[in-house]
Amino acid sequence: MIGSLDARIPAGSLENKWTDHKFSMRLVNPNNKRRFDIIVVGSGLAGASAAASLGELGYRVKVLTYHDSPRRAHSIAAQGGINGAKNYQNDGDSVFRLFYDTIKGGDYRSREANVYRLAEVSVDIIDQATAQGVPFAREYGGLLDNRSFGGAQVSRTFYARGQTGQQLLLGAYSALMRQVAAGTVELHTRSEMLELVMHDGRAVGVITRDLISGEVQAHSAHAVVLATGGYGNVYFLSTNAKMCNVTAAWRAHRKGALFANPCYTQIHPTCIPASDDFQSKLTLMSESLRNDGRIWVPQTHDDGRGPDEIPDDDRDYFLERKYPAFGNLVPRDVASRNAKAVVDEGRGVGPLCNGVYLDFSDAIGRDGADVIRAKYGNLFDMYERITGENPYQVPMRIYPATHYTMGGLWVDYELMSNVAGLFVLGEANFSDHGANRLGASALMQGLADGYFVLPYTIGNYLADYLGEAALNPNEPVFKDAKQQVTDEVARWLSIGGTHSVDYYHRELGKLVWDYIGMSRNQTGLEKALSEIAALGEEYHRNVRVLGSADTLNQSLEKAGRVADLFELAELMARDALTREESCGGHFREEHQTEEGEALRDDEQFAHVAAWEWQGAGTASTRHREELAFENVELTQRSYK
Amino acid sequence: MSARINLTLKVWRQAGPDTEGAFVVYEATDISTDASFLEMLDIVNERLIDAGEEPIVFESDCREGICGTCGLMINGRAHGPQKGTATCQLHIRSFNDGDHITIEPWRASSFPVLRDLAVDRRALDAIISAGGYITVNTGSAPDANLIPVPKETAETAFDAAACIGCGACVAACPNSAAQLFTAAKLQHLNLLPQGQAERWERTEAMVETMEAFFGSCTNHGECEEACPKEIPIDFIAWANRDYIKAKVKNRKLAG
Repeated sequence: MIGSLDARIPAGSLENKWTDHKFSMRLVNPNNKRRFDIIVVGSGLAGASAAASLGELGYRVKVLTYHDSPRRAHSIAAQGGINGAKNYQNDGDSVFRLFYDTIKGGDYRSREANVYRLAEVSVDIIDQATAQGVPFAREYGGLLDNRSFGGAQVSRTFYARGQTGQQLLLGAYSALMRQVAAGTVELHTRSEMLELVMHDGRAVGVITRDLISGEVQAHSAHAVVLATGGYGNVYFLSTNAKMCNVTAAWRAHRKGALFANPCYTQIHPTCIPASDDFQSKLTLMSESLRNDGRIWVPQTHDDGRGPDEIPDDDRDYFLERKYPAFGNLVPRDVASRNAKAVVDEGRGVGPLCNGVYLDFSDAIGRDGADVIRAKYGNLFDMYERITGENPYQVPMRIYPATHYTMGGLWVDYELMSNVAGLFVLGEANFSDHGANRLGASALMQGLADGYFVLPYTIGNYLADYLGEAALNPNEPVFKDAKQQVTDEVARWLSIGGTHSVDYYHRELGKLVWDYIGMSRNQTGLEKALSEIAALGEEYHRNVRVLGSADTLNQSLEKAGRVADLFELAELMARDALTREESCGGHFREEHQTEEGEALRDDEQFAHVAAWEWQGAGTASTRHREELAFENVELTQRSYK
Repeated sequence: MSARINLTLKVWRQAGPDTEGAFVVYEATDISTDASFLEMLDIVNERLIDAGEEPIVFESDCREGICGTCGLMINGRAHGPQKGTATCQLHIRSFNDGDHITIEPWRASSFPVLRDLAVDRRALDAIISAGGYITVNTGSAPDANLIPVPKETAETAFDAAACIGCGACVAACPNSAAQLFTAAKLQHLNLLPQGQAERWERTEAMVETMEAFFGSCTNHGECEEACPKEIPIDFIAWANRDYIKAKVKNRKLAG
């Protein structure tokens, strides 16, 4: 049973908490580090940076990834940039301002101490990445360039063309491969974690399935680090990569790790609208495009004219009209809901009337096509490849899509879950973004956790176990867990139903998008609960997984992942139902201001909801971590 | 505008690494021209599963042309007919009704076939771990603006760093050489001031690791043609020059 949820936030002033805590945490001396085994699951920004840093410190690290190479992790697809409170632009930025913007942007549903630490180490990340050779954009004098990014009034975003995630991940990956060569990190590719192994209430290892041979393997360690990303693919259509899933986190949840705020999902305003039923995923267009593009729809419903035939007077630049101060740069949730509103009114554009225009003609007229090409060339090319339309001549069409999930496994200040020895980093944890993540903050958090937080905090945990060997992987707990995985694999192959895994995933996605998407209400959420359960039951009875267990079998891989997404979807609905307020990415139609803005209830809901698994078919238990705000005043977000 | 077309696919099927493979013909009927190439294969796979046949194994992940997971030989061309485009970003509008399309895995002895269209590309990671990094332990970096990098240098380094590690350069090369992949990583790091300390060691180690796995470059230029990020072959010339210098310099240092 869980007692009260204690985040173990250090005492002291906000500015000194991390510095003081770093001093008070126990250290493991260099000679002893090599006696500790640490498993890192996932090789994205958080996992690769953590594994590389732990390897450099001298720990024995094992990295497990289902990819064929660590460099494939989905961090690679992040386009826009990474925030760092360097104040290189002399425009009034500071650690406190980045902290403040992140807390406010998260709609006051994140922990002050974590967010301040994130802002504090943001500057070190920029230094580290630059030293690794990450080719950030530069000014003519050779110094680093910055731009402003969705929701910020200062230019603090460092960027590498439209491929910032790629370049940062390649930096972390190169550091990781250096440790692989040095022998401190053992790399297991195409290994999917399917079970967390517990002993005496501690996480002591994991079970993986080799995706090529099907072999089920036990891995034992002193601590397990999950850096396994978010769960946006619960919507089927999202900007997440096809393989992104919740399985590693969910299997840990089923072993007792609390899942916090699952209803906090982020819908990104600038994605390319779906074009047909066969659509396999959605593609994001970096929101940096909103710096120069103007968003509009026709004034009238069902305007049949092409965009160039609609004069300015007949256009509605709805963000500029409603939010004169921020205009097209309002935060993601605000931009998304407004786009949904105009499309729902029947003013959507494109063949399926499911988008809004993002128009660059003014920017091209002002700066010239070459300047726009230099800033966004690769994004424009990408858009043209997908849609067959040239955005230098025709406005882009965009529509919101699921992009990021703020919820995740609950962790304390040291990034350890309520399960001793289980640490969770990056998007997989819930810790820093509250109910809504600001642009250019995901890369920052992943790298903060991996480079600059975990390497300190994990020592504080391990110090208790000095001299204890990791459990023998032939112990009964490992054997039992292996058997469980083997049985599960056999079960999928034995069902012999009529529909594919993808069929059910797509159907699940539609339910989640309709009822737990951009806006939610009680009736819809109750419907979601019953319909998801019914579809999930059918899935377990009627899915068709062909082939065998001992080969590369992609349907089999997906079968378990989709089963976990079904369980997660129910928890999302339950979380959304019990959070009787609107905040950030969670918009309850019953709770809005007269102007249709999100209406928080700080009296009742200034807390984290952390859910405890009670077994399949049984409702989970809701625990609370109260959020204390001592350094910021809770205000209603206003971007007018 | 969107239309629906019929295609005939000739697809390489191979049950496992140690089994013989063969081409199998599938009719891909009623496919929208707005579908991506991989979405077309998704549709074919759904129909195969409905018919009780195991789906075609092919790899992909981001489907945005950046992760480098996908990669198919389409009518003998790595990533298919559209220049500067990874397989996942190729769309059916590049094809015509009635087209016959041959789909194969990357063909190179250093990329063994795992199943159907999926191959093992770990040899590329081995080249990176041989020296494709700048040694800087976490926490030891100086302030980022202490080292100015001329904009042009940074831009050129970026052009090289854009490599997605898909392996198309190897697949397209008649010699299965990995020069473009290796040279791109080398020049990304060798051009930057941060990369100078290890420049010569890095160059020798990466080139020699590459040679242990892959064939030799004889300047066919097919790699540049196939590269989805259009990384220019000039980087190979630069890397070759660095390699010769490295051999001399490293010997001097050793002496």
